[in-house]
Amino acid sequence: MARNRTGSESLNVSSARSQRFLFSNIIMHRLTIEQAVEGLQARKFSSAELTQAIYDRIDKIEGSVSAYIHLTREMAQQQAQDADRLIAQGEKKPLLGVPIALKDLICAQGTRTTCGSKILNDFVSPYDATVVRRLKDAGAVLIGKTNMDEFGMGSSTENSWHGTSKNPWNLERTPGGSSGGSAVAVSANECIAALGSDTGGSIRQPASFCGITGLKPTYGRVSRFGLIAYASSLDQIGPMTKTVADSAIMLNVICGKDPKDSTSAEVAVPDFSQALRQDVKGMRVGLPSEYFTSGLDPEVEESIRKSAKTLESLGMEIVDVSLPHLEYAVACYYIVACAEASANLSRYDGVKYGYRSERSETLMDMYSNTREEGFGKEVKRRILLGTFVLSSGYYDAYYLKGQKVRTLIKNDFENAFKQCDVIASPTAPAPAFKFNEKTGDPLQMYLSDIYTISANLAGVPGMSIPCGQSSTGLPIGLQLMAKHFDEETLLRVGHQYQQNTDHHLKFPSL
Amino acid sequence: MDYELVIGLEVHTQMKTKTKIFCSCSTAFGRSPNENTCPVCLGLPGVLPVLNKQALEYAIRACLATHSEVQEISQFDRKNYFYPDLPKGYQISQFALPIGLRGHLDIQVDGVQKRIGITRIHMEEDAGKLIHGENLGVSGKSYIDFNRTGVPLIEIVSEPELRSAEEAKAYLIELRSILQYADVSDCNMEEGSFRCDANVSLRPWGQEEFGTRTELKNLNSFRFIQKAIEYETDRQAKILNQGEKVIQETRLYDSDKGITFSMRSKEEAHDYRYFPEPDLPPIVVNSEWIERTRSTIPELPEEKRQRYVAEFKIPEYDAGVLTAEQDLAHYFENCVSEGAIPKTASNWIMGDLLGRLNKEGLGISNCPIPAIAMAELFKLIDKQTISGKIAKTVFEDMYSTGKPAEQIIQEKGLVQISDTGALEKLVQEVIDANPGQAEEFRNGKDKLMGFFVGQVMKASKGQANPELVNKIIKEKLT
Repeated sequence: MARNRTGSESLNVSSARSQRFLFSNIIMHRLTIEQAVEGLQARKFSSAELTQAIYDRIDKIEGSVSAYIHLTREMAQQQAQDADRLIAQGEKKPLLGVPIALKDLICAQGTRTTCGSKILNDFVSPYDATVVRRLKDAGAVLIGKTNMDEFGMGSSTENSWHGTSKNPWNLERTPGGSSGGSAVAVSANECIAALGSDTGGSIRQPASFCGITGLKPTYGRVSRFGLIAYASSLDQIGPMTKTVADSAIMLNVICGKDPKDSTSAEVAVPDFSQALRQDVKGMRVGLPSEYFTSGLDPEVEESIRKSAKTLESLGMEIVDVSLPHLEYAVACYYIVACAEASANLSRYDGVKYGYRSERSETLMDMYSNTREEGFGKEVKRRILLGTFVLSSGYYDAYYLKGQKVRTLIKNDFENAFKQCDVIASPTAPAPAFKFNEKTGDPLQMYLSDIYTISANLAGVPGMSIPCGQSSTGLPIGLQLMAKHFDEETLLRVGHQYQQNTDHHLKFPSL
Repeated sequence: MDYELVIGLEVHTQMKTKTKIFCSCSTAFGRSPNENTCPVCLGLPGVLPVLNKQALEYAIRACLATHSEVQEISQFDRKNYFYPDLPKGYQISQFALPIGLRGHLDIQVDGVQKRIGITRIHMEEDAGKLIHGENLGVSGKSYIDFNRTGVPLIEIVSEPELRSAEEAKAYLIELRSILQYADVSDCNMEEGSFRCDANVSLRPWGQEEFGTRTELKNLNSFRFIQKAIEYETDRQAKILNQGEKVIQETRLYDSDKGITFSMRSKEEAHDYRYFPEPDLPPIVVNSEWIERTRSTIPELPEEKRQRYVAEFKIPEYDAGVLTAEQDLAHYFENCVSEGAIPKTASNWIMGDLLGRLNKEGLGISNCPIPAIAMAELFKLIDKQTISGKIAKTVFEDMYSTGKPAEQIIQEKGLVQISDTGALEKLVQEVIDANPGQAEEFRNGKDKLMGFFVGQVMKASKGQANPELVNKIIKEKLT
C-alpha cells in the first residue's frame, strides 16, 4: 500500500502462517473461484481459513505491489463466518465464502470509497452498489478496495492519489489502469477474483498487462448504481479473474436489469457458465486489419496471430474484417468521456462531503481551491477538456461531431459482425510500460487504450485473456469482442482457448 | 414616445406527485430540514436517477390541458452550474427535446378574448434552499435544506404575446386554474409550487422587431408580478426616452421597495453547457398513452364557462366567478344536479355563501354546508316555501349549526303561508283595523299598497307569501 495515505487500516507485513494453509498441496490463495467453491463445499477448508490465507498473502507481498487502497478485514471476517455457517447448513451459492476485491469506485455500505482521489479520501458510502448487494447475496467475502487511477482516468495507476500499484510480473512496470489494483490483486493472488470498471479499456488493458482475464460486459448488462461515475455512457463494471470460467460465474452474479439504473438493459440473462461448455466449431473470428498496423509491438502481433491459429485449430474460421473508423476512436472517446466527466465530477465541490479547502474566504474561492487541491492533474485536464467541448460556440464542432463519430464506430461493429461472430485483436499495442514512461506525454498514454476504446463507444462486450509473453517475460493480452449482449460467445471462445492453452495458468514469481 | 409592452412568462410549477422526480423521497412540504433526502437526491457519488412515471404522467396532463403537442420522444439534459443548493453541480432538465410544444390558452381582459401561445413545456428537478446563518443567529455560516431538491417541476414558457401587466396576470390566473383543474399541481404560491419569471421589453408602436428584454425574477404573488412589470415598463420607457439602451440582464423584484434591481448582466450569464443526460434513456410516450391520458382530463375552465352560459343561462360574469376554482364549480354543479334552479344557486353562492366564507377566510372546500344541503335550501326558495328574507335566516342557522334547512324551518315555524284562506283572513283583519287607509287606497292612492303588504307581513311574522298577499289586497280593495 502506497505512501501511507490509506487511513484507518495499516497493512501488517508479517506472519508466515500461510504455510499452515496447505491442503493436500493446494495453495489456497492461488485458487480460482471454481476451485474455491468446490473446496469450501467439500469442507476441505473453511471460508474463514481461505480469507485468512488471502490476508496472509496480502501481508506478505502487498508492500511490493500496492494493489489495495484499504482492506476491510473486520467485514470480511464476519462475512466469512456467516458463509461458513451457511455452508454448514448445506447452503449453496455461486460465491459462498469466496474472497473478492472491489475497485475503489464501487460503493459498499460503511466502507471508504475514495476513487483514488484526495477529494474523496474520507468518503464513506452510506449505501451498497447494486453489484455489491448482488455479491453479498451470492455469499462473497469482500476483502478490500483496490487501487486505481483517480476517477478511472488513466492507464497505469500512476494517477492514483494513493500512489502507484506495481506490476507483479515486473515491479518496475505499471500494472496498467485504471483498474490496475484489481488486476494486481488477482494476478498476485491477493484475492480470488475482483471487480473492475471499464470506460475505455480500464478492465482489459490492466488484465492484459498483468496476465489475467478481464471482461467488460455490454453497456447495460451490469447495473452502474453505486459505481462512481467517470463517463456515464461508457462506464461498465466487469469481472477480473484468473480464468474465463470464473468471469462467467462473476457475470452470472452481477448482471441483470436493475430498477435503480435506467440504463441497465431488460434483456434475457443466460447462464454464462453453461455457455462455456459448447464448442466453437464453425464460428468465425474476424481480424480487423486496422488493428495490425505500425503502432503495434511485433511480439504482441506475433502472439495475437498465434492465438488466431490456435482458434483456427479449434475449428473456427478466420476472416478479415474492417473497423475503418478506428483512427478516430481515441479523439471521439476523449470528447465524449471528458464531456460527461466534466458534469459527473461537478458534485465534488467541498460543500457536502469529501475534501474541502480550508483557505477560502468566498464561495467561489472554496469551489476553486477545493477542486484545485482535491483533484489530480489528469482529472483537471479532462474536466477542462470536457468543459471546453460543451461550451457554447464549440458544442457542435466537438461534442456533436464526437457523437456522430461514435455512431460511425457503432456502425463499423455492426458491419463487421455481419461477417464474424467474434473479433480478435491485441488488447494493448505493447506489454506493460515502465513507470514515468508516458506520464510526460498524455497523448502517448491515451494511445495505450487505442484498441479497447472502440468497444466502449460501440457498447459491445470485450474481454482480454492472456495469450503469451514477451521476451522480457511480460504478459500479452488477446482481446475478444462480440455483438451487443453476446457475452456467451466471448466466454465460450475464451474458455475453449484456455482449455487448450496454458497462458492463464502462469503466475508471477512473487 | 409611446411604446408597446411585450411580455413572455416562464412559469415553474410543482407537480403533485407524492415522491420526488428521480428518487422515492417524499415531496411533503414543511418537514424539518433534510428530512426528505436520500443518497440519490443528495447526489452522492455513484447514484443514478430513475424517472418517476407519475411525474411524467402529470407533465403529459399539463401538455394536454394547455393544448400542447405531447412529444412522442423527449429527452433529459444536464444543465451545468455551480451553486451549493444544487448537489450534483447540474440540474436535470429538458432542453433540446422537451415533453410539450406549441400549446395555447385563452384569456379575457376587459371583455376581449385573446389567445396566448405556449412555446414549450418541460420537466425538471427543483434545487434545494440556502438558509443563511444570519437568519438563525449564527452569522458567518450558511446551511442547506435539500428537501426541495428533486421535487418535480414543469416549466411552461409562453410566447412573447402578452401586451400588458393585466394580460400577464390574466394569463397566470388562467394557467393556474387550468393546472388545478387538470390535477397537475395545487399551484400554491406560498409554498412555492407556482413561480413565475417575466421577460419584459418595449418597442416603439408599429415596430415588428422586439426591443432588448430584461428577465424579472422573484415574483411570488400575482400582485407583485403586476407591480414588477409596471415598474419595469416605466423604467425601460425612461431609459429609451433618454435615448439610451436597455441592458439585457436578469433583475430581481424587491417587493418592499416596489422596484427591480440588477442581479446579473448578459456577460455574467451562465453558459449552462447543456448536453443529453446519459443516465436517463430518451422518454418515449406512445399515442395510446397520450389518448388514455386525454380521456381523463376533466372539462377545463374555459369550456365550463361556455357551457354554464349556454346550459344554465347564467351571465358570463357569473360563469367566470363560478369556474375560477374547480371546487367552487363542483359545488355549484352539485347544487344544480340536486334540483336547484341555476340562477338561484349562482346568486346565492356568489353572494351569501362566498361572502360568509370570505369573512372567515375560508375556501369553498372548507364550507360547513355541503352542496347537497345547500341545494335543499335553494329548492325551498324556488318552491316559495320560504321567502328570500327568511332564507337568509335559515342560511345563517345552517351555517352555524349544520342542521338541514327543513329542520330549521320546522323548528322555528318559518314556513311561508301560501294558504289563500288564511291569508284572506289576515288581509281582512288589516283592512278592518285601518279603515281610513283602505278608503284612500280605493280612491286611487296606489302607494298605500306597500303599507298594507307590510302590515300583513308583520301580522304573519314575515311568513306570508308576499306575492299572494299583494294579489289578495288588490282583489279586496278594488
